[in-house]
Amino acid sequence: MMDVTLPPRLKRIGNKLNGPNTLGNSRAFWAAFAVGMIVMVAYPLVRGSYAAGQFSLFLAYGLLALSLSLIWGYTGILSFGQVAFFGISGYTYAIVSLNLGGPLGQTVALPVAIAAATLSAFVLGYFMFYGGVQDVYVAILTLVVTLVLETFMAQTAGSEWSIGTVALGGFNGIPGIRNFALGVEGASISLSGSGFYWFVLGILLLAYLGARVLVNSKYGYALVAIREDAERTAMLGYNVKRVKLAVFTLSGALAGLGGVLYATWGNYMDPSVFSLVFATIPIVWVTLGGRESLLGAIVGTVIIERLRLWFSVNASEFAIVFVGVILMTTVLLVPRGILPGIKDSYVFFSKHGIRDGLERGRATIQTRIRAWLESLGVGQSDTETPPSSEVVRE
Amino acid sequence: MSTPQDPNVREQPAVAATGTSREAILSTKGLTKKFGGLTAVDSVDFTVDKGEIRCLIGPNGAGKSTLLELITGQLSPTDGDMYFDGIDLSDLEPHERMDAGISVKFQSPHIYESLTVEQNLRVPLNRTDRDIDVVLERTLDRIALAEKADEPASDLSHGEKQRLEIGMAVTLDPTFMILDEPVAGMSVDETDDIAELIRSLHDDGMTFLVVEHDMEFVRKISEQVTVLNQGSVLTQGPIEEIEADEEVRRIYLGENA
Repeated sequence: MMDVTLPPRLKRIGNKLNGPNTLGNSRAFWAAFAVGMIVMVAYPLVRGSYAAGQFSLFLAYGLLALSLSLIWGYTGILSFGQVAFFGISGYTYAIVSLNLGGPLGQTVALPVAIAAATLSAFVLGYFMFYGGVQDVYVAILTLVVTLVLETFMAQTAGSEWSIGTVALGGFNGIPGIRNFALGVEGASISLSGSGFYWFVLGILLLAYLGARVLVNSKYGYALVAIREDAERTAMLGYNVKRVKLAVFTLSGALAGLGGVLYATWGNYMDPSVFSLVFATIPIVWVTLGGRESLLGAIVGTVIIERLRLWFSVNASEFAIVFVGVILMTTVLLVPRGILPGIKDSYVFFSKHGIRDGLERGRATIQTRIRAWLESLGVGQSDTETPPSSEVVRE
Repeated sequence: MSTPQDPNVREQPAVAATGTSREAILSTKGLTKKFGGLTAVDSVDFTVDKGEIRCLIGPNGAGKSTLLELITGQLSPTDGDMYFDGIDLSDLEPHERMDAGISVKFQSPHIYESLTVEQNLRVPLNRTDRDIDVVLERTLDRIALAEKADEPASDLSHGEKQRLEIGMAVTLDPTFMILDEPVAGMSVDETDDIAELIRSLHDDGMTFLVVEHDMEFVRKISEQVTVLNQGSVLTQGPIEEIEADEEVRRIYLGENA
């Protein structure tokens, strides 16, 4: 079935999706991807509408992770500000949709909210990149902006903080956001449960494929080049500031799209989207899944959020501690993240074969553990060949 | 390949390759750069003619690298003017200067370690409208890395990395190439390869400004040498004159002349 020759048009699209800047480009990858998508589409049918509704939050977060992967994983700009654009978009959606009311109001609120996030990203990005802010200072500045937003939104409890008929509500936020709807009065569809899940899944799929096309394009090369060596890239004629601003703005839009879905998922917005914990958790998703992998960012998000939900039900406030332990373990075992780790082992086993590969893998792990134990001063007597430093000492 | 319509070949002035032209391609007037109390480049009037290979020598701290960084735009001058091919450079951002026809190879190899050799060359080519595959193949041959095209750049030797970076700069088809210590840390054979590469590019009409400490190498490639000392131009002339100059011998060549 996989050997059917694709029509030329489909093949051209395929060529744009694949390239050196994405990990999975083989037929095996796309076959696995298709199976994964079938499982995802079938999920609500198996687990029911409520579980699907729960899960759609993770998919909305997936857009946030995708935006961080683009700006951090591909362009090398560590931003804590993606949640700021996520939150700005969510708040804007709440204010506009509740003021206008009805499905038409919600339909209008969607582009307005994304535009607000995009514009915020553009303005912040302009002052940072054209102002010469670089490296760790971008991380600090974006974090500060996010935390300032939290402080600001948290003090909006008074009735003077109203926009139209909508009170910003301080710590309590804005309740009563309607489920996502598109259309005009009388001819609209409202999405909840399974319907909302499929909708978010479709958006995430499109965003993922779009991001793949982007990173494998000539523009994607420029992003990777800036990540690897910004000065060299400028000295090859690239307008580094403008490219950084463009990708930062695009990531802001992507985060904003996630923010709208978040607001309609929970039917409320509150300042916790700007909190320190929420600002750092996308870094955890993306690090765990593999920051130089778009799919890795999404997979990391789903894993962490699924676990966080499980832990918060079963271990309440220790959830974040467990997440930290998982992150540390992953980073120590597969420093580049889960998906790159899977890709590396796939390449390793197809090179050495299963049996030989396992043997080599076992030997490597043994050597590593032994070296690690020795560095702790344990089990030195077990080693057959003493380390060279000992020979010298004696 | 050599028809004027060919977008892959920038039109070169016919006299450039002969090196007899006296038309300036780069000139600075009273160029000054101060870092706090330190004057790294002190009112330098400096001219490079079209089609020459100019070497810039001088003791450490003479202001050679600062001068280069002023020309590329990585640093902004405290005072003075720079003109390139009739354009006032001070109005241009670094990337715009590259578009004007300047290319640079940094002192230590600046290449994209995680990309392959071919991908490294593709980065500059992607923004040009040149026929990428043709230029790619020609450049790989020129820098003698065709067999390593698909290897990660991190696996290259130091000399190969230097060649790759020159190759990346060459793909932009510059008229003016700046090389900051192109043979630092290289073996004799590798040094000869670079000299060969520079001469071949020069034959195509490219102008060079080369900062170099290795006098052996300077002798191989150079026509004119400018000596910089304490931020100012000390003297300038053919290599034989420079090496015979008492003042230069004292401050710079000293022990190895």
